[in-house]
Amino acid sequence: MIEVENVSFTYPSGVEALREISITIGDGEFVAIMGENGAGKTTLIKQLNGILKPEKGNVYIDGVNTKEASVAELSRNVGLVFQNPDHQLFSETVEEEIAFGLRNFGFPEEEISKQVDWALNLLDIARYKKTSPFLLSGGERKRVALATVLAWNPKIIVIDEPTIGQDYTQKEKLRRFFNELNTQGRTVIIVTHDVEFVADCSPRVVLMYQGQIISEGRAKTILTSQEVASKASILLPQISELFHQLGDLGLPRDVIDVSEAKELIEDLVKRSKHHESL
Amino acid sequence: MKVFEGLKFKRVSSPIHRLDPRTKFIVSCVIFAQAFLFTEFLYLIILFVAQIPLVLLARVHKQWTRSLRGSLILTLLIFFTNLIVGVVSNDFQLTSDALTYSTSMSLRFVVLMTSFSIFFLTTSPDDLGLALEQSHVPYEFCFAFTTAVRFVPVLAREAQTIMDAQKSRGLELEKGGFMKRIRNYVPILIPLIVSSIRRSLELAEAMETRAFGAKKRRTSLYALKITREDILTLILCLVLLITTVYVRLYIPIPEVTIPIPRL
Repeated sequence: MIEVENVSFTYPSGVEALREISITIGDGEFVAIMGENGAGKTTLIKQLNGILKPEKGNVYIDGVNTKEASVAELSRNVGLVFQNPDHQLFSETVEEEIAFGLRNFGFPEEEISKQVDWALNLLDIARYKKTSPFLLSGGERKRVALATVLAWNPKIIVIDEPTIGQDYTQKEKLRRFFNELNTQGRTVIIVTHDVEFVADCSPRVVLMYQGQIISEGRAKTILTSQEVASKASILLPQISELFHQLGDLGLPRDVIDVSEAKELIEDLVKRSKHHESL
Repeated sequence: MKVFEGLKFKRVSSPIHRLDPRTKFIVSCVIFAQAFLFTEFLYLIILFVAQIPLVLLARVHKQWTRSLRGSLILTLLIFFTNLIVGVVSNDFQLTSDALTYSTSMSLRFVVLMTSFSIFFLTTSPDDLGLALEQSHVPYEFCFAFTTAVRFVPVLAREAQTIMDAQKSRGLELEKGGFMKRIRNYVPILIPLIVSSIRRSLELAEAMETRAFGAKKRRTSLYALKITREDILTLILCLVLLITTVYVRLYIPIPEVTIPIPRL
């Protein structure tokens, strides 16, 4: 369980990135943190494995105060994947890259090779096992970075902008993959601007604005509110926008899911045909 | 990383900022020379104190103190190395002379640090490039130089992010013996170098799309002008330099020593 209690944080440059933030994330939750650039999303997730320590307030991971544990200790349970994969890739092969974290955490050798293969298959990069990570495309490097963290199987997985540079197929795979991790009882936290992706995943949404949480709740509630969205500078998913404008037809306005939308429209068409035939 | 703060230009308007970069460079060199002419405690302390009004005048005291704090470890290292050598060469006796000498040496470092801080904090990379250009340095070199200076803070920030990313993968920089600790930096240096090379290639492409080097002779919109203040400052510097060289050669400086604190 993650407990963030009244956390404030200011960077040495004087930028006030977090202002009295409190949030509790239970085990096995799927959370998307959204908000405009500079809202404090990345600063917030960096508090979770102790890279940044709160200036005021406290962060507890399973009851452990992050101020009293090292980044390495916390990272064993909180796997943080940074936005830019180029900030961490350094090995000669993808295989070595993934093994790096496992070695740091003292996994035995046979376990390492097992976990490496598992992570390679999971992210669809097994064919690059012996390739240099620097030769891969941007999207592939991103998946390697994700694999390096997933390999040690942390209880909580935090990913900064997972969908950047991924094509539709890979995004769809990522979505299924996050859901799968989630059903296995892992806590998944993503930071993203990709509203369509969030609408598909349907997680708990936390909206940030100028270092504060301005709204949170199910994706269906948050991503259908015009008022909240405009304050946090996000564009609503297209389905939600469409249903907002179709509201006068007597359709519900809180729809973000394609299949739900399909049923509602089919229903409407059927009813109108029925009317005509009368 | 704090040391870099002392070299990051901040755009404010002050009499020091308005001076010609060439003038400021000469002032810095004169202070530099001063610090090397004298080892006497008294003079170095005067030199140090004399720089403080300049820092305040340029309104960069915040960055300056931050860079001083950043270089504290190096200052202490200089102090203790000199002190230990002084004590060892004097039959393991702590003398007031040794204490004074090591304080002077640390002060000398602080003075040098300050003079370069003032220069870099008050001179924009653009002005610096312009000064080089107008001193007839080929444009390609000027450009390379200003770009390098401009990217120092970017690189510092990037190094920090990389360190955070690797720590999140369980890397413990302070773990292990001496060799292991050095090897711990490999996962930080490689991404730093690779991303710098990547960035420079991107920069080169971006420059090429904007026709870098299309014309041999470039004209610039802004031209540096030596003003009356510049000439005054330069004369002052010259007078100071001549006087101090004279003092150095012919006039003994009164000795001031730091007494050993009684324990």
